Amino acid sequence: MSAGTGFSTGTTVDRRSFLKTGVGGATGLVIGFYLPGRFEALAASPAGSAAPAALNAWMRIGADDSVTIMIDKSEMGQGIQTALCMIAAEELECDWKKIRTEFAPAAKEYFNPAFGMQGTGGSSSVRSSWDPMRKAGAAAREMLVEAAAQKWGVEKTTCRAENGVVLHEATKRKLTYGSLAEAAAKLPVPADVPLKDPKQFHVIGKSTKRLDTPDKVNGRAEFGIDVRRPGMLYAVVARCPVFGGKVASFDATKAKAVPGVKNVIQISSGVAVIADSTWTAMQGRRALDMKWDEGANANVSSETISKLFAERAAQPGVEARKEGDAATALAGAAKKIEAVYEAPFLAHATMEPQNCTADVRADRCDVWAPTQFQTMAQGAAAKICGLKPEAVFIHTTFLGGGFGRKAATDFVIEAVETSKAIGAPVKVTWSREDDTQHDYYRPASYARMAGALDADGWPVAWTTTVACPSIMNLWFPGSIKNNLDPTSVEGVENLPYSIPNILVDYQLTETGIPVGFWRSVGNSQNGFFSESFMDELAAAGKKDPYELRRRLLNKAPRHLGVLELAAQKAGWDKPLPVGRFRGIAVLFAFESYCAQVVEISLNRSARTLKVHRVVCAVDVGRVVNPTNIAAQSESAVVYGLTSALHGEITISRGRVQQTNFNNYPMLRMNEMPVIEVHIVPSEEKPTGAGELSVPPVVPALCGAIFAATGKRIRRLPIRPEDLA
Amino acid sequence: MSIQFTLNGKPQTVDVNPNMPLLWVLRDTLGMTGTKFGCGMALCGACTVHIDGEATRSCVTPISTVSGKKIVTIEGLSPDRSHPVQKAWIEIDVPQCGYCQSGQIMSAAALLATKAQPSDAEIDDAMKGNICRCGTYQRIRQAVHRAAQLQGAPAKAARLGMEESAEQVLTAETVEVGGAA
Repeated sequence: MSAGTGFSTGTTVDRRSFLKTGVGGATGLVIGFYLPGRFEALAASPAGSAAPAALNAWMRIGADDSVTIMIDKSEMGQGIQTALCMIAAEELECDWKKIRTEFAPAAKEYFNPAFGMQGTGGSSSVRSSWDPMRKAGAAAREMLVEAAAQKWGVEKTTCRAENGVVLHEATKRKLTYGSLAEAAAKLPVPADVPLKDPKQFHVIGKSTKRLDTPDKVNGRAEFGIDVRRPGMLYAVVARCPVFGGKVASFDATKAKAVPGVKNVIQISSGVAVIADSTWTAMQGRRALDMKWDEGANANVSSETISKLFAERAAQPGVEARKEGDAATALAGAAKKIEAVYEAPFLAHATMEPQNCTADVRADRCDVWAPTQFQTMAQGAAAKICGLKPEAVFIHTTFLGGGFGRKAATDFVIEAVETSKAIGAPVKVTWSREDDTQHDYYRPASYARMAGALDADGWPVAWTTTVACPSIMNLWFPGSIKNNLDPTSVEGVENLPYSIPNILVDYQLTETGIPVGFWRSVGNSQNGFFSESFMDELAAAGKKDPYELRRRLLNKAPRHLGVLELAAQKAGWDKPLPVGRFRGIAVLFAFESYCAQVVEISLNRSARTLKVHRVVCAVDVGRVVNPTNIAAQSESAVVYGLTSALHGEITISRGRVQQTNFNNYPMLRMNEMPVIEVHIVPSEEKPTGAGELSVPPVVPALCGAIFAATGKRIRRLPIRPEDLA
Repeated sequence: MSIQFTLNGKPQTVDVNPNMPLLWVLRDTLGMTGTKFGCGMALCGACTVHIDGEATRSCVTPISTVSGKKIVTIEGLSPDRSHPVQKAWIEIDVPQCGYCQSGQIMSAAALLATKAQPSDAEIDDAMKGNICRCGTYQRIRQAVHRAAQLQGAPAKAARLGMEESAEQVLTAETVEVGGAA
């Protein structure tokens, strides 16, 4: 079954490197930061001698000493704008107060080496920018020092850079970066400038306030939905409620009669209503008379999907990991434990609904969008317009949440098609209902688990068969081999425990429901499956869930590090007050490590739950901005808790049943626990932090509920009857 | 239909469909995009503004109902980020994506205008209508408490002879909010 709109983009994706990061694999491909000639991507900078001098693709210095850092990752709340500036400033030795930022245009210079295209995701931003940004900063600094030395006629080695000036100590002379930039930009870019010893870091590793906060407390930050262009019209789109369905026919008479409605046109995803305001367009859409061809998915429901998963998971799948002989170990085990786990589809629910503004002209196309994947948006627009990608200008705004949703190009395609058809700039805005019902959902998933214990209660075998739709198959057709999508098994395939016999296999099972990258991707459901089942093995073997993990992590020191830190900070060795219960979980994701202890109380007669405290320990390698690591961990815990307590997208007759925050609820202030974040000090290379802490909170919470009720939760979200 | 009201201290007239929600009049008709669209059903609070001092969801407020009323949006809370809530938000570094924060700040400011020192339960009650998908609730709670301190600071500082730090807090806007408390 097809999941509907695909991702034909005209952009070639380096699937191998994408896959590497998509599954949290090693990155480390480094693109050269020194670019031949003029920096084409910066050509938009104002002309004339007063134009800031570009020292490389990321750094421009103005005569007024301002330092402009080009932010080539999308800022969607994860704090990357500030982190990239910190990395750059560390080597550039500029004055922090003089830093300005711009979001980079779509251009080869800004390809994410983790993806082979420009994009933000997979918690790859700091780790992929770490080397290029440091090298760019160091080279730019050397060019400024060289320019000063030449001006003074002294040896470069007698000069040094500090806080936005170059100093010549012997003569106590100094020149500001602004006064040197023009000369520096004409110098050759030095190769292999040595980078700082981390012991000398004075920016990296210090908690630093976000650069975007001031504009986010007075309404000034511009999100995609805030873009306004001269002569711009507003559009909303009616889409087939059934995935994969299409327009059969429509009558626009009544819609066009709504005062302010300018036009009604068919586009590839449905019918666009164009008006003089968003609200008018919504009124027009309501008046549309639509007939849909519901297509092949019209009878799909959550029940049929669940049944399909169960059938598929009953058969062996493609092997994702095999160690020892799990089948034999299970057959001969002193004790055998079996369980089936299920997780539902989930919508991203970014607070900013999808939107895009496009202005298509004969010779160029401008796109303003809250996009995570600039070059995919560019490629998609170019294809629609019949233009070369270079004639498509992507203006990335702030993103009002991304979480993987805004990697898609569906909202961009709608705006570009509509603008092209009506010959005017247009902003397409999705309603919350559109957003909830037309997402690329976290795949629903089903896992058949089995474990074997020896006579002393220690695990000797583990098997998991996962059945779920493939994200990679939909987004990058042909990119996976042997029907094994690594994103479908991450979080269980990389089980860190010393268990001699392990088998993890996968049954790729398409459902007709479009799926996508949802914060922490496969780890979100597989972390729940694997760590909850680990608790089942602990209970069956009469072991403490913490002590069992400790013992089996004897070959996984960084897992053990976060586990012990979380347990210690949570006081695992001390009894809880009466009525309090706790659970623990640990997970590796995006090359980082996270353990959490969740503390709850229950009202079993009212079937309600209160989460009091979440202790979160993370090891993300070297930390750029500690306060932001704490913020991201807090954020991820809330994201995970929301999924466990409230998150469920259900399907009936091929369509999503949920519509808005009333029936797809989010965690709110009154449900908020205290979250404590503890960071393992590390000199390892920086690794992913934005998604890491989403998964562990779910199994830790379910472990706490088991401690209180003796009931194992194997299906999400947690329901009132689970608390009885 | 011509409708008159006061917007951020200035008289404003708009000629729009009387059923059009205030949110869309602000965003599309007047180009004031600081107030956000999140749900259209008063479920998320992203569109919160003050109408005659009360936190109100502008997405479900027909423009005809605000005739003659005083409306304050995030753009009008202070001219220079000097409202105690804005200062506290900056100090605690609350926002992540920031999309919901206009609404969060307007809800918090309305709370502090009536409760000088809100308890955690009162914060829960006043803020639970505002969803933050980035989950900044912990920092929002801290910042509301901090804003309460900052709001109380001018009067206290006046008694102590005006410390410099308190003087910075003492702007026209904060006096107005503090005075209402």
